[in-house]
Amino acid sequence: MNELLDAIPYARFLGASIDRNAEGFDLVLPFREEIVGNATLPAIHGGVLGAFLELTALLRLIDESGSTTVPKPINFSVDYLRSAGPKDCRARAEIFKLGRRIANVRVVAWQDDSTKPVAAGYGKFLV
Amino acid sequence: MAAETQYALASIFGAGLQDMLHHTPHAKRLGMQVVETGPGFAVVTLPYAPELVGDPSRGVVFGGVITTLLDQTAGLAIACAMAELRPIATVDLRVDYLRAADPGNALFARVDCTKVTRAVAFVHGVAWEHRRDEPFANCLGTFMIGANPVMSPGLKKLAEAQAQAERERAQEVDS
Repeated sequence: MNELLDAIPYARFLGASIDRNAEGFDLVLPFREEIVGNATLPAIHGGVLGAFLELTALLRLIDESGSTTVPKPINFSVDYLRSAGPKDCRARAEIFKLGRRIANVRVVAWQDDSTKPVAAGYGKFLV
Repeated sequence: MAAETQYALASIFGAGLQDMLHHTPHAKRLGMQVVETGPGFAVVTLPYAPELVGDPSRGVVFGGVITTLLDQTAGLAIACAMAELRPIATVDLRVDYLRAADPGNALFARVDCTKVTRAVAFVHGVAWEHRRDEPFANCLGTFMIGANPVMSPGLKKLAEAQAQAERERAQEVDS
């Protein structure tokens, strides 16, 4: 998985890393000034959070399906639940349907407290 | 003149705001530039960069980067739809990936704000690399108005640019 992360330039750009656990893995997004959207709050850019969720969904899908190519996204939807402060984010994805052609994936991201998510995503991918 | 006064940013509509997104750190990092603004819409461009690629076998920019471009453009479009500038925060955004963007090209997004109420704004948009009528992505989003206690630096700069344009216009009238 870490090799895969290294092979995706945008994953390297985000500095994302994989933290394995019993249920699968969390993806970790380290905070840095460059990903700030609103410098007054400060808050991480909504687009970066969305991209981080989508990346988590994609990696989960590759991990589950053993695919050697990057699945193509059909669409991705993000709900912004709280402003994400200047701290690391973690995200975890769950595949709730892996069909012959389409996979449906849900993702949630949080900072200190997993019961207080900052964003939730839902994506469909061609597999 | 009545038509102009219904938009808080009417005096700066047009093509003169290229670097306005540089007050948003991430937009500046990606090199986003404003192409055009007008009543309730904005067009923004993002230069191609190898570091933004999501599928190395095809050289295609990662989908989430398109989300970032559309989210940023949406915020500007909403500011351009407001009668009075107020803080803007994304509630939800859905992006459809119609096809892969042709690698190596700058990306463009146009977002239209169809409605701003006291609490919520509604937007839809498209992204393309060659022709606007052949988009590779479209989006639908909702934003919260006035939820943050203070305006973002980007929004403050827009307000300052508008005030400056109005001062210059007043001087022209005087002289």
